[in-house]
Amino acid sequence: MAATPLSPVERIKSASRRLRGTLAESLVDPVTGAIADDDTQLIKFHGSYQQDDRDLREERRLQKLEPAYSFMIRTRLPGGVVGAKQWLALDAIATTHANGTLRLTTRQAFQFHGVIKRELKTTLKAINAALIDTIAACGDVNRNVMVSPNPVESRAHASVYDWAARLSEHLRPRTRAYYEIWLDEERVAGSGEEDEPIYGATYLPRKFKIAFAVPPTNDVDVFANDLGFVAILDGGELAGFNVTVGGGLGATHGDAATYPRLADVVGFVSAERLFQVAEAVLTVQRDFGNRSERKRARLKYTIDDRGLDWFVGEVERRLGAPLEPARPFAFEHSGDRFGWIEGRDGRWHLTLHIESGRIADREGGAQLSGLREIARIHRGDFRLTPNQNLIVAGVDNADRASIDALVERFGLDGFRTASSLRREALACVAMPTCPLAMAEAERYLPDLVTRVEALLDKHRLGDVPILLRVSGCPNGCSRPYLGEIALVGKAPGRYNLMLGADAKGQRLNRLHRENVAEPEILETLDALLARYAGERGAGERFGDFLVRTGIVPARESVKIPMEILT
Amino acid sequence: MSAEPARLLSPLSLEKSAQLTRLVDGLDADVLYWLSGYLAAVGAQRRAGSASPPVAAPAATAAPQASVTILYGSQTGNAKRVAEGLAREAEAGGLAVRLVRADAYPLRELAGERLLYVVISTQGEGDPPDDARGFVEFLASRRAPKLPQLRYAVLGLGDSSYPQFCAIGNAIDTRLAELGASRVLARGEADVDLDAVAKPWSESALRHAREILKSTPVAAKVTPLRVPVAAGAWHRARPFAAPVLANQRITARDGGRDVRHIELSLEGSGLAYEPGDSLGVCATNAPALVEAIVAALGEKPDRGIAIGGDEHAFATWLGEKRELTRLTRPFLVAHAERARADALDRALKPGGEDALRRILSDYQLVDLLREFPAHWHANDLVAALRPLAPRLYSIASSRKAVGDEAHLAVALVAYEAFGSAHRGAASAFLSPKGDADHVPVFIEPNDRFRLPADPARDIVMIGPGTGVAPFRAFLQERAETGARGRNWLFFGNPHFRSDFLYQVEWQQALKQQTLHRLDLAFSRDQSEKVYVQHAIRRAGRELFAWIENGAHVYVCGDATRMAKDVDAALAELFVTHGGLEREDAAAALARMAQARRYARDVY
Repeated sequence: MAATPLSPVERIKSASRRLRGTLAESLVDPVTGAIADDDTQLIKFHGSYQQDDRDLREERRLQKLEPAYSFMIRTRLPGGVVGAKQWLALDAIATTHANGTLRLTTRQAFQFHGVIKRELKTTLKAINAALIDTIAACGDVNRNVMVSPNPVESRAHASVYDWAARLSEHLRPRTRAYYEIWLDEERVAGSGEEDEPIYGATYLPRKFKIAFAVPPTNDVDVFANDLGFVAILDGGELAGFNVTVGGGLGATHGDAATYPRLADVVGFVSAERLFQVAEAVLTVQRDFGNRSERKRARLKYTIDDRGLDWFVGEVERRLGAPLEPARPFAFEHSGDRFGWIEGRDGRWHLTLHIESGRIADREGGAQLSGLREIARIHRGDFRLTPNQNLIVAGVDNADRASIDALVERFGLDGFRTASSLRREALACVAMPTCPLAMAEAERYLPDLVTRVEALLDKHRLGDVPILLRVSGCPNGCSRPYLGEIALVGKAPGRYNLMLGADAKGQRLNRLHRENVAEPEILETLDALLARYAGERGAGERFGDFLVRTGIVPARESVKIPMEILT
Repeated sequence: MSAEPARLLSPLSLEKSAQLTRLVDGLDADVLYWLSGYLAAVGAQRRAGSASPPVAAPAATAAPQASVTILYGSQTGNAKRVAEGLAREAEAGGLAVRLVRADAYPLRELAGERLLYVVISTQGEGDPPDDARGFVEFLASRRAPKLPQLRYAVLGLGDSSYPQFCAIGNAIDTRLAELGASRVLARGEADVDLDAVAKPWSESALRHAREILKSTPVAAKVTPLRVPVAAGAWHRARPFAAPVLANQRITARDGGRDVRHIELSLEGSGLAYEPGDSLGVCATNAPALVEAIVAALGEKPDRGIAIGGDEHAFATWLGEKRELTRLTRPFLVAHAERARADALDRALKPGGEDALRRILSDYQLVDLLREFPAHWHANDLVAALRPLAPRLYSIASSRKAVGDEAHLAVALVAYEAFGSAHRGAASAFLSPKGDADHVPVFIEPNDRFRLPADPARDIVMIGPGTGVAPFRAFLQERAETGARGRNWLFFGNPHFRSDFLYQVEWQQALKQQTLHRLDLAFSRDQSEKVYVQHAIRRAGRELFAWIENGAHVYVCGDATRMAKDVDAALAELFVTHGGLEREDAAAALARMAQARRYARDVY
């Protein structure tokens, strides 16, 4: 059998001397604001993507200038938790070195945008000085580990968070490249040949995502991850985790061999064996994942190509023991709980709505300034939610009033004033910085929501909650395939209209109209919402309604042990 | 095909041939002509059996007392053109003439000179042209001989929008008198419309020469004069209307300065240029500016005005024939007489130099009329204003790469002052030009700014801002001809992101190895300002090695500060890396300039 050639990225990784490549040289090349082509692959492992301002691309080409290159930097921040001091440091970095905004991602990380090459090192140093790093925030490694930020179930949540943070550390690449290149650590013997006990010299075939969910909330969309852990509580204490494998949302337009896939629940593991299970799943993917074709390289394809039974068998072989049977659990929804909530320890948590996760000072609200003011008086921490929102967590009852006043003053009260549709909507960054974007997302979302709100009004649906998600491309950063309504970008102004996911992150939606522009999208929704207004059951969600009535053909949901048992 | 037969016909060995190539590399046509005559004389003597080598006569000329020496110092070629014209006329009139560029003039011959005409320009803030630095320094120094036997006249060229108008010509005129020489003719001070002064001065100089030399027997005509190549049917007075092919801004929208890349078609014109040449653009003034001036004077735009047999409407004079965007000292004087404004009077008195400099640099005619109102008759105003001069732009292309096109990099001058928008004349003229438009142009050759004849020579190009234009031409030429020498460019501007002129082309050239090194200085991208001279120092050791290895060094751009700073930085290389004393370093640079290995196109 002829060997399939490795993808070029595999060769780059292999020759990179543990992710160094020529990054150091690229950074000091004064002739270009870009880095060498191969280095654009490697820098991802360091938590950064080279991008350019696509709004200016054509204009600059005519001006005989290279594209306006800049870099996106993403933090590695398990569970998205930062202290108030760290918040102030990140805010200062965004203001000084980036484009003056902080972007909260759907994976609980911060993103800085618009950092130019000669500021890159300074910026990364400043981030590290705040005791936050960016290593493995992107690249073919385990990415930022997500944890349900629900701080209400205080004790169990703290325990889950702790495991997640330790797992994140355990799966961190061991190369010193990051510290040499960005933090001026001296090179020592063995530099470039460090042992990568988990990853090996070529790391993983593709990105690898892990999430920890704490039922009854599936805010992390655990089934969209390569590897998921669903916390199983016993009398309020953490008993262990159900293990889910093979989730992933990315797809390629027009390639049926690629598709979004939700994870399978494959068993239960006690917390003590968490690392072993994670390592086993990750190394099976390392050894069997597709290294020839990157768009078929995620774990979900390894599992589908070889069979789930084979995969679980291989994992169990590496564990030396079978997984325990999965335990029952149930999710209620995948959204955030907005506003003030009291935790079991008597401290208060305020979930704010941040539209598309973009914190900026702009007309209608100086949110960046407002959060700076809050951080100055806040004695708890901040938690990024997987839905691009922000929790001001751990507030004494006595401090609530002063925080409320700042929320009011700086236009951070969207959680109270915005419609449910707007509060729950997600959009990826897309234009102008994301190189993959085919259509607008973040910049389009506010107007799109307004227009859909008008339809809800028209059909007297009031403040009905509907998950609306917009993505600039089919790769799925805003988890569009789990939206009750989703737009997936195909070309400027044109989207695939996807309909019919549930609201718990357990059922994917389906393509309803292909490659349509806004008028057709609104026209389609208008008709469907009219029917929904007239025919829905009590409390029936729009996505469920579409499936029940057959408007959208049913799609298999994730099999949840609770349902298996009953 | 062409080179090989030539070598076969040559009687020289390969080694001698290489020596000869090295010897003549960088010499200009005048010197080569002279050499040919000199070598012919050597040959004649050898053939006649003379054992002794010939005296190294400086020039195979007639006896000095029987001839007139016309010495010129020229930066942009104007002084040279005037000097050549005078020489041609004198020769046609049967006089013995020696035409010599200042840096080719053997200084020790000055003591024996009988009749000397000097045609010399003044650069920027009172500097001599590069080719006359040595001559001017020598004359000013104590080493200059007494010159009681000498009769002379000086024609200075300059630009009266600078305070030090014709300073060099004036200094030479004064100094020669100090040294005991007698003035044949009052010195001329030619402004940008130089023919107005240069023509009568030349005629007068010619008359005097005829009289002075009449008594002396005319020697054989021996100095072959280089006849300037006719630039076809199109010239300064009759420019070619070149269709605009492209007019593209090449600084980013957030950049401070609007710099345009302009492509013009020369197809069908017969116009030809070499890398290093300039394109003259005959701009006209913006109608809005003309209207504003007419309004400020309370005049009628269609009033007919006749000057020197030329009659046009007032608005036509202003729009097409007169300089409106640059003031001159003589005009200020005339205006001050009418305006009776203290501020103006003070600026024109001794001690007012700074104020004068500020007025000349910041004010346009319209500002002056508004701030210091005065009564002008339209006639007088037109007569007092300087004729509108063409703007010269170093051509940014090689014909070998672009065919019948000429490319320019034009920095648009546009600023707010005195409450209104101001534009430079050429900027206002060029910036709106699009596809359907034409631009009147001519070629202004610049023989002093040429690539090395030897393609194996390395070159170092220092061109911040739009000074980089001719180096785009150089690189295109060297790439097209497959020149083996290495090319090193120094470029600078305020910001990397917005002002990196031709960035993509340099990147491409680096990739294709037609550009071997690019050193950059973006002055405002960090807290401390960094300019090309800093980049030169930073690259000192290697740059000096290139120079030691025979590299030619070119500088193009701002004369006022950049060229001086770069000159100082280059001289420093000889001190820091060559172990020379400071004075010797300057001399080393001067020798490089004389050998045509250090050339500047600064303005």
